[in-house]
Amino acid sequence: MTYAGPVETWTTIVAVAVTAVAGDVLTAGAMRRIGDLDEIRARSGLFGAIKAVTSSRMFLLGVLAMALSFFSLLFTLSKVDVSLAAPASASLTFIGNAAAAKIFLHENVDRRRWIAALFVCAGVILLSK
Amino acid sequence: MKHTLTPQRYLILLVVVLTASFGDVLLSHGMSQVGPVSVHDLGLLLTALKNPWVMGGVVLLIGFFGSYLTALSWADLTFVLPSTAFSYVIVALLSRVWLHEHVSTYRWLGIVMIVCGVGFVANGPALTEHPQPVGETQ
Repeated sequence: MTYAGPVETWTTIVAVAVTAVAGDVLTAGAMRRIGDLDEIRARSGLFGAIKAVTSSRMFLLGVLAMALSFFSLLFTLSKVDVSLAAPASASLTFIGNAAAAKIFLHENVDRRRWIAALFVCAGVILLSK
Repeated sequence: MKHTLTPQRYLILLVVVLTASFGDVLLSHGMSQVGPVSVHDLGLLLTALKNPWVMGGVVLLIGFFGSYLTALSWADLTFVLPSTAFSYVIVALLSRVWLHEHVSTYRWLGIVMIVCGVGFVANGPALTEHPQPVGETQ
């Protein structure tokens, strides 16, 4: 049973997706700045790699955004059916990530990657049926 | 864009997929043994950590995060996310085989679509190569 009206329902779902996209893009951007973790681990060991990651402010902001997304999801699930909230937020996150990666990370999101994102998005919606 | 994934890096993507899916399934199995958690009794979540299935799930999900970050350090976000979406398929298969949940025709169709999506990116370039700014030659 859905307890929220359509505006509140979609506002909370979009909030989950936006914070999830922010988390993914910030962590991906941080990892790009830090560099190849395989090489860092070979040079400075596992703890060197962990230190390189956890001392990045961008990474910590990304984790904060992921935590916000998690709590927004919990809030959403208290008001909206899981069968709507989970696939809708996951699908919006997939599409949002493709757009945000193109804009902020300057990734070459070609037709192949857009099609992949749309297929996965549709697949996630069908999995919830 | 370049396409330079070594077999070892494909193996890391496989670790991302397997730790995410097995982690979720172990958590689900463990929480079904612990029972429903009410908002008035959140302390039960700490008790849940004593369940070996829940603990195993948490350890696997920590492994997932480590391997996911490793993958993001040498591949684009728009390559890693669809590639590792295969974990949705493994979760559906594990829930069918191990947890004996019903997997409907819609879900099988969803699985086929995710496999197609993964196929689109898995053979493509992994990383966008940005041109060196003028004056920064190596």
